[in-house]
Amino acid sequence: MRVLITGIAGHIGRKVAQVLVARGHTVSGIDRRPWPDAPKAIEIVAVDIRKRAAEDVFRRRRPEALIHLATVTHFQADLEERYRVNLGGTRAVFEHCHSWGVQEAVFVGRHTFYGAAPDTPLYHTEADPPLAVSTFPELADLVASDLFAGSALWRWPEMSTVVLRTCYTLGPSLTGTLATFLRPRRVPTVFGFDPLFQFMHEDDCARAIADTVGRGMRGTFNVAGPQPIPLSLLIKMAGRRNVPLPEPLLAGLLGRFGFAALPRGAVNHIKYPCVIDARAFREATGFAPEFDEAQTVASFRWAAT
Amino acid sequence: MRGAAEGCYSAAPMASALVTEIKERVDRLEIAFNRDGYDKFGTSKRHLVVFFSALGWFYRSYFRIKATGVEHVPKRGRAMLVGNHSGGYAIDGAMVLASLMLDMEPPRLAHGMAEKFLNAMPVASLWTSRVGQLTGLPEHAVQLLDDERMLMVFPEGARGTAKLYRERYSLVGFGQGFVRLALQTKTPIVPLAFIGGGDVLPTVMNLYKLGKLLGAPYIPLTPYGLPLPLPRPCEILYGEPMRLVGTGNEDDEHIETLVAQVKERVHELMDEGRRRRGERP
Repeated sequence: MRVLITGIAGHIGRKVAQVLVARGHTVSGIDRRPWPDAPKAIEIVAVDIRKRAAEDVFRRRRPEALIHLATVTHFQADLEERYRVNLGGTRAVFEHCHSWGVQEAVFVGRHTFYGAAPDTPLYHTEADPPLAVSTFPELADLVASDLFAGSALWRWPEMSTVVLRTCYTLGPSLTGTLATFLRPRRVPTVFGFDPLFQFMHEDDCARAIADTVGRGMRGTFNVAGPQPIPLSLLIKMAGRRNVPLPEPLLAGLLGRFGFAALPRGAVNHIKYPCVIDARAFREATGFAPEFDEAQTVASFRWAAT
Repeated sequence: MRGAAEGCYSAAPMASALVTEIKERVDRLEIAFNRDGYDKFGTSKRHLVVFFSALGWFYRSYFRIKATGVEHVPKRGRAMLVGNHSGGYAIDGAMVLASLMLDMEPPRLAHGMAEKFLNAMPVASLWTSRVGQLTGLPEHAVQLLDDERMLMVFPEGARGTAKLYRERYSLVGFGQGFVRLALQTKTPIVPLAFIGGGDVLPTVMNLYKLGKLLGAPYIPLTPYGLPLPLPRPCEILYGEPMRLVGTGNEDDEHIETLVAQVKERVHELMDEGRRRRGERP
């Protein structure tokens, strides 16, 4: 299949592209960021997904499948930029998909969509509402783009739309939300709380995303790897020092004294678990993770030292 | 004098014997723990040993609890224990947990449905989730039963523990949720009665405003002030499993009759327990 990947130069985008090429697909990509040593088989267009030139890629390449990875998930970008890329970009990409006859469109979102609070259940299914809008307001743009992508299911029923909600990834690339949090030697936690954390190896995540291509799947699917483990164990396995801080102190210490900076809403995610039930995805694709939790954390740990 | 000294010396080996026994029992739990000793709900073997060592001491040495009918509790597979609440806070629940761990062969871990405020409190949040006492949400109940676990339900909820001393053998309203859940998940209900909870913590009044301030529903007060449990003997009576017939989609009226049947069974067991104590129910 001809597959177009937006955000191809990101760490997951590169891996997805390589998996798809290895499986015999024709892959091209769009990204503002460079991918200097990209395989020759992959054509990359350096353009912003909201610009007219991006539509031209659809016009010229006529992709049969699209994987939308061009979302800003970190908080270094200012709010306006996040909204422009995450909402404006997703809208533009899905409209191009419709206009240019893309058969399969995949949006890759996050499991943090479900939010974390004292009274939220473990193992969210795809039917659960996006509580993150209240528990982690900084994620509102990502929640909205997830829901917007899902609306393509009724808006353009002729297109097979898939919305993936993937758990945290970890691996030797040392990139991603969880890796950034675990990178410093001392990792802050909230005293008296130790939530379950769900993560998967970045290679497994890329494989899971690639597994959706060519199946004509429709709907929203949670994507997860091995069994979740408590944050304290994750920190220990990563060779980091767990520094439990009373919650009132925590806000003042984040981003200082070698602790990672966290947006305010993220504190809920180190107090309460946000874990997902990924059975539907496994049943639809037969996906099974290759790396267990120990191998996943070890791959991060040895790359980080 | 000598007796006291001997008591001192014998306490330590007794405690370590209990810990050894608990360790061995936790190892025999038929739960899928990963190599680090955690199950999919975050229950930890290490935390279970500490938790049940403490509960075991209360169960055997402090309250001296007698459990009868434990053979009625299914040895494996999904099950729902349904009992009466009394005595300030869930001491009765904790002792039922201890009973199933210490008196059953093989031992079983029951999962209580914890009050929501506990998960918002530091330390309580950590410990309740490490010992399998998840927040009382319907989703958790379904997930646990689907995993063939045993659920422990007190359908009176916090209104049950808020009973005053003179109301200790009354039963307040049972919710309907547990019966619908049992029908939907085809789970047998094991009725149980806990006798003596009201004597252990004789509540004279509940401080609701102070509770609210501390993040709990209320703080119980006893004649001696603090809500500390007294060393009174208690009994647990387990009844035969009830297999309710239905789909869980029946109308409220029908469900209410099933709720009443379960409530009646719990009441009968309570009366039986009181008769055994020589009380007149």
